[in-house]
Amino acid sequence: MSIVTVQLGQCGNQIGYELLDVLYNDLSNKGGKCSARENANYQAVCNERFFNEDESGVPLSRSVLIDMEPKVISQTILMAAESGKWKYDHKSQFSQKQGSGNNWANGYFVHGPKHKDLIMDLVRKQVEKCDRLAGFFTIMSMAGGTGSGMGTYVTQCLRDAYPDSFLLNQVIWPYGTGEVIVQNYNSILTLSHLYHSSDAMLVHENDIVHKICSQQMNVKQISFQDVNKVIAHQLGSVLQPAYTSEGATRYSRNPLGELMESLVPHPEFKILGLRNIPQMSEHSLAYSTFTWQGLAKHLRQMLIANAKMEEGINWQVRPPSRPTSERTLHESELLFNTSLANLIILRGQDVQNFPLEGFRDPALYTSWLPPDDACSVWKTPRSFNKYDKSAALVSNSQGLLKPLDAIIGKAWNMFASKAYVHQYTKYGTEEETFLESFTTLEQVIASYSSL
Amino acid sequence: MTQSIVVQVGQCGNQIGCRFWDLVLREHAAINKKGIYDDALCSFFRNVDTRTDDHGVDLQKGKICSLKARAVLIDMEEGVVNEVLQGPLRDLFDSKQLITDVSGSGNNWAVGNKLYGGQYREQIVENFRRTAEHCDCLQCFFVIHSMGGGTGSGLGTFVLNVLEEEFPEVYRFVTSVYPSAEDDVITSPYNSVLAMSELTEHADCVLPIENQSLVDIVKKIQQMANSGKLGSFKPNSLLTSSKGGVNDSEKPFDAMNNIVANLLLNLTSSARFDGSLNMDLNEITMNLVPFPKLHYLTSSLTPLYTLADVHVPSRRLDQMFSDAFSKDHQLIRADPRHNLYLACALMVRGNVQISDLRRNIERLKPSLQFVSWNQEGWKTGLCSVPPVGHTHSLLALANNTCVKPTFIELRDRFHKLYRKKAHLHHYLQVDGMEQSCFTQALSSLSSLIEEYNQLDATKGIPMQTPDRLNIAL
Repeated sequence: MSIVTVQLGQCGNQIGYELLDVLYNDLSNKGGKCSARENANYQAVCNERFFNEDESGVPLSRSVLIDMEPKVISQTILMAAESGKWKYDHKSQFSQKQGSGNNWANGYFVHGPKHKDLIMDLVRKQVEKCDRLAGFFTIMSMAGGTGSGMGTYVTQCLRDAYPDSFLLNQVIWPYGTGEVIVQNYNSILTLSHLYHSSDAMLVHENDIVHKICSQQMNVKQISFQDVNKVIAHQLGSVLQPAYTSEGATRYSRNPLGELMESLVPHPEFKILGLRNIPQMSEHSLAYSTFTWQGLAKHLRQMLIANAKMEEGINWQVRPPSRPTSERTLHESELLFNTSLANLIILRGQDVQNFPLEGFRDPALYTSWLPPDDACSVWKTPRSFNKYDKSAALVSNSQGLLKPLDAIIGKAWNMFASKAYVHQYTKYGTEEETFLESFTTLEQVIASYSSL
Repeated sequence: MTQSIVVQVGQCGNQIGCRFWDLVLREHAAINKKGIYDDALCSFFRNVDTRTDDHGVDLQKGKICSLKARAVLIDMEEGVVNEVLQGPLRDLFDSKQLITDVSGSGNNWAVGNKLYGGQYREQIVENFRRTAEHCDCLQCFFVIHSMGGGTGSGLGTFVLNVLEEEFPEVYRFVTSVYPSAEDDVITSPYNSVLAMSELTEHADCVLPIENQSLVDIVKKIQQMANSGKLGSFKPNSLLTSSKGGVNDSEKPFDAMNNIVANLLLNLTSSARFDGSLNMDLNEITMNLVPFPKLHYLTSSLTPLYTLADVHVPSRRLDQMFSDAFSKDHQLIRADPRHNLYLACALMVRGNVQISDLRRNIERLKPSLQFVSWNQEGWKTGLCSVPPVGHTHSLLALANNTCVKPTFIELRDRFHKLYRKKAHLHHYLQVDGMEQSCFTQALSSLSSLIEEYNQLDATKGIPMQTPDRLNIAL
């Protein structure tokens, strides 16, 4: 089954490129530290998932590139062509001359409806090239205008046109400070609308990824490319083929569907976070060895202490001892991150040695879902992207409560003074729409808080 | 890519405009070695085949044939515009792009705005339409004028109205040169206040420039160059001196006008060239204008040596960011550091990464005061193409209450004249000019100042967070 990737805006297109590059490099990595047969299977499934071939046999990515200005897309297409490995279908792009100007309303109410037909036509052409469609993977940022506004609009169009397909939105959470001043407005409008049309939102926070670059990857002068490469690696570790059930003999054909089935048991909870281990510079990697036990221990503590990277985990945090009843919680328990559902994805030799008990502990989960249902595991003996052993953890947990609460707080604060609101009403986003968005998201916060 | 049209009005506007065309041509020449007419060039230039007929046919791609500036030159005397037409930039313009008269506006806003406005309206509209027709996606008009005289201030703001009526969708960025206190035009306070109310109503964004600040900056650059330890003149940079430039003899205002021209160059660089974090022109207003009338942005350009040809050993990158917030680097006499920020944008060119930006924002933030609802009011852009001959540069734009003293001073000087009704009759004898124009302009300026006052009043008061919505579970 195939996934059609939709890259929107500057951020979406830059990350989309890095993701496909990671996927292709991993796919063409000879051997992959597993049997030849295993590797061949893996390659075939990955190929079908993300690429088709042009007449001369060059892999073409199953992507639709969308931006409201031409510079980023033309550069992205050029970079892929110059890689000499894979290409974008140059017909599968849509760009205009003038960007959305960081204005969600401009993307959503103006550019979206105006270009809907052409864009959905490009999507349909990619869909028709798939033998079977697994769903759509949309990459966008929440901060700007095109990724957020157009991204929201296009997601709704995909939902209408492909009601039975899975929609996973990769959402880039902007830096707390210093990207776009109206990013909090754009973000709440995006998140609240996606909550109605997307199946799940996979979130990457720029601030966290930036820290990973500096503290774990040892990058001195961090560029957007460095940040995007880390995001691409993390996404690749989820999207590459894996065996999704115990004793399965073939790779999962329905990665998005199974992801939703594992992680989104209730429509009120759709925000997913992603943690990876190990992550380090190639230089350090050459001198490191890992055991599944060690990785499991760290990954579990990252989850319960809500650490989004391995560096600086708070080891004091532990699950509250049940029943909590009226007893005041110990400080170390207050910091505890309750999960609704987790998906662990393991790649490398001897994956069966990864100890899962720690992740099946009922204390980690909310009371209304049995831990067996709440914790899923995907595995493959094939290594991924330079790491002999690696583990990814996608979780639907309280982990994003804090950043979400902060964004709503800042946006609400600005909204109370009516600053910048005129820029939105100009394009048809009324104050009422803002209020509805605030309501939707306050509800989401309330739901996650009560897990 | 989008296109912009430069509208230069009056003597000052045309002089700055010409420095801009000189610099922008040289910037593209340095980057575009093959002489291909590309998207970046397209934003300010048409590529025309002049051999076929006089009008010229627009060529879309391929070799540069003959470049024509997307510009409209307006002056009510002939001197400056004639000089342009006889100078080295003459091929950039054809006579259809010019609107001139012979008698000047006599430093009288009413003559420029009411008399010439009425008289030349049709010609102006016609000229804009023709220029706009050559664009496939017109994004912005850059109006350049001065506030003190008659033509720039009067006709310049008339033009602004025409643009709003005829092209409501296209942005209007105005570069306004404010008179110094010891200005030799006696009526400049009248002209400036009358022009201000038009700017407040009809511009999307105004970049106020003060002559005195430009003088100070030029002096500073000269000191740097002359102090010896900072090195020699550099022949290959985007010169402000005569070397390599189109004009052989430097005129007194050239160095000052170059600074303003550089402002426009850096303001548009991210829209013209690639970068890892693009910042289009429409993002400037979106991020920096929280309320419609508060669209006056102070600007600073650093490092200063990028504005000149001095070859200076590059200082620490972080110094460039610190300087951008200091008083002596602002293009108007204002101190943003000790006033209240509503929003701030950093537009960086060259070899600078997001981590450099973040480090400097974190470093500078504690020393700056931001309005309570916009504590994180930073917008950033990264353009990969540096200014010619340099490795990096920064344009900082701030929406800051520090513009207020300039406005108050202007109002005081207006009052001094107006109290005695001095020179009023020169204005009132122009058709369509009434005393109410003065009172309205004055009250518009006062209410603008009042808006800044109200924001300033929130300074230092602990922020009250509004109650969030409650969700019933």
